[in-house]
Amino acid sequence: MRSQSRITFYLLLTPLVLWLGLLIIIPHIDMLLISLRERISFGVYETSLAQYEKALTEPLYLRTFWRTAVMSVLATALTLLIAFPVSYYIAKMAKGRLQQVLFLLCLIPFYVSELVRTFGWMILLRETGFVSSLLQWVGLADRPVEMLYTDATMMVGLVYTSMLFMVVPLVTTLESLDDSVIEAGYDLGGSGLSVLREIIIPHAMPGIVSGCIVVFMLSLGNYLTPTMLGGKDSLWFTEMIYNQFIVRSNWELGAAFGFMLLVLSSVIVWGMLWLTGRTLKETMG
Amino acid sequence: MTPDLECVDLVKRFGDTTAVNNVSFTVPPGSFFSILGPSGCGKTTIMRMIAGFLDPTSGDIRIKGGSVLDTPPNKRPVNMVFQHLALFPMMTIAENIGYGLRRRGMPKPEIARKVDEALDRIGLPGIGARKVDELSGGQKQRVAIARCMVLEPDVLLLDEPLGALDLKLREHMKVELKSLQAAFDTTFVYITHDQSEALVMSDQIAVMSNGQFEQVGKGQDLYYRPETPFVAGFIGESNRWKGRIERVEGDALQLRTDSGLAMRATGAGLAQGARAEIFVRPESIRLAASADALSGFDNQLTGTVTSLLFNGAASRVLVQDDVGETLEVTLPQSGEFSSLQRGDAVHIGWGAGQATCFGAA
Repeated sequence: MRSQSRITFYLLLTPLVLWLGLLIIIPHIDMLLISLRERISFGVYETSLAQYEKALTEPLYLRTFWRTAVMSVLATALTLLIAFPVSYYIAKMAKGRLQQVLFLLCLIPFYVSELVRTFGWMILLRETGFVSSLLQWVGLADRPVEMLYTDATMMVGLVYTSMLFMVVPLVTTLESLDDSVIEAGYDLGGSGLSVLREIIIPHAMPGIVSGCIVVFMLSLGNYLTPTMLGGKDSLWFTEMIYNQFIVRSNWELGAAFGFMLLVLSSVIVWGMLWLTGRTLKETMG
Repeated sequence: MTPDLECVDLVKRFGDTTAVNNVSFTVPPGSFFSILGPSGCGKTTIMRMIAGFLDPTSGDIRIKGGSVLDTPPNKRPVNMVFQHLALFPMMTIAENIGYGLRRRGMPKPEIARKVDEALDRIGLPGIGARKVDELSGGQKQRVAIARCMVLEPDVLLLDEPLGALDLKLREHMKVELKSLQAAFDTTFVYITHDQSEALVMSDQIAVMSNGQFEQVGKGQDLYYRPETPFVAGFIGESNRWKGRIERVEGDALQLRTDSGLAMRATGAGLAQGARAEIFVRPESIRLAASADALSGFDNQLTGTVTSLLFNGAASRVLVQDDVGETLEVTLPQSGEFSSLQRGDAVHIGWGAGQATCFGAA
């Protein structure tokens, strides 16, 4: 009986161990080893920190690295600002069927692939696109307007792509807030703003933090949106990783970039948790 | 003296349904006023209108003489203890109690002093730093009241706050609420569907049904002198029959129930031949072993015990009389009837004054 339950336990554990081991741990160890070597000549490698040195001294690399981090944080903040009222409306103000329909509307864009969605934005925003034509027709512009390939366009794309991942945790936490707690806030003399600040936001904090973590990681690791909507100045760090691995075949530098991104996202996520005074366990469990 | 709370011709309609229909009442300062009614009768709607979460369709709400219809809930001198208390789980007990004072912009040291004072008053000194979920049901109850009372409202509204507590604690809190009300000397408006809560605590009770007040009065008035069949049936328990009036002498009536039981009863404004509804409480029927003991009662019957419903002090016997009518009779716990069994013959009797009669359709 005892040994049988042990076998069941190991059988259930196997997929997890395989998944973690084969797809996460082994590739990362290998990547770390690749990033720590330097090519001396054909087929001859030497262990060194040269790749990291290169990445941290070359202005283009460093600039892209920080730009990606800052833009991702900005995209996360914007997504939160837009998603919070939407989620509040869905969770607290919409009732019954309307609530379900609105929630579904948030989900529907994800029925099509990210590539197709991004093309949708390009169709809308290009020089001969819908928005440009509309502006000319209304008379706000006297010639075609190019709205693609700017940071703002890229930001729109990033926020749009991340929306659902912010709305879902927010709606879930806001729904668990009893209406009478909000009413009690007003009843005891609170204004709309103070009820929001002292009652609603503290209650929604787990949802805000987990939503922000997911959105931040998605933005940081996004490849399609910055590549397609961003301009020539909007180089994203993931594009540089792709370039090193695929275009330049410089796996060593690509692996070092990959590790820098991993460290960056870990530092920012832990920083976010530390700032809000939460532990990962509280937020995810 | 200006009443603390006054509702005038209050009406609230939701679409086609009228939740509150022309309700008027006044609550004198420092009194404990209850609105008692079955769920869905509109009592919570009244409370939410007083608190300001709903706007009345018509009518007026006055607090200390001034209309508050244009005052938003956060500015009304009224606070509410919610059904599930609605303490703020993200704050400590002290922060919960101090919330309203912070909103008023009171300086911190003064808030701390007032919070400590309030905690002393509710008998829970030194728990300020604790979290809400570390408290027991009864403690949360008291904190919810203290959270409102530090604001010194003119009227405190309580929406079935004892509903979530278990029976023993509920009994205890009834007494405690009443003494808290006396200690704070504030007008309480209490909403409940539990008549025992209303009867024990209130100075005045309004019995509500289908959006209207049936009767407003002291507990004794409602129990001894119900004015409508609804009140007679809702407050306490009753044996009820329908019948026809055979003879009228002032308030004294002679009537016969549909099953053929003849009895004497009292009721005003009823004519001979009219249909009537009769209510007799199980506790006003006297149980006796011999007919002699009942000579003073207007109504006397003999019957057999068909069932014993043991419930401690509230035990009942079901007695079936000769015409086949079954009556619920309170079983006295004085020892006299401890050997009573199913099938025993018993005598029962009650006075005409204990049989209340209302005209029926």
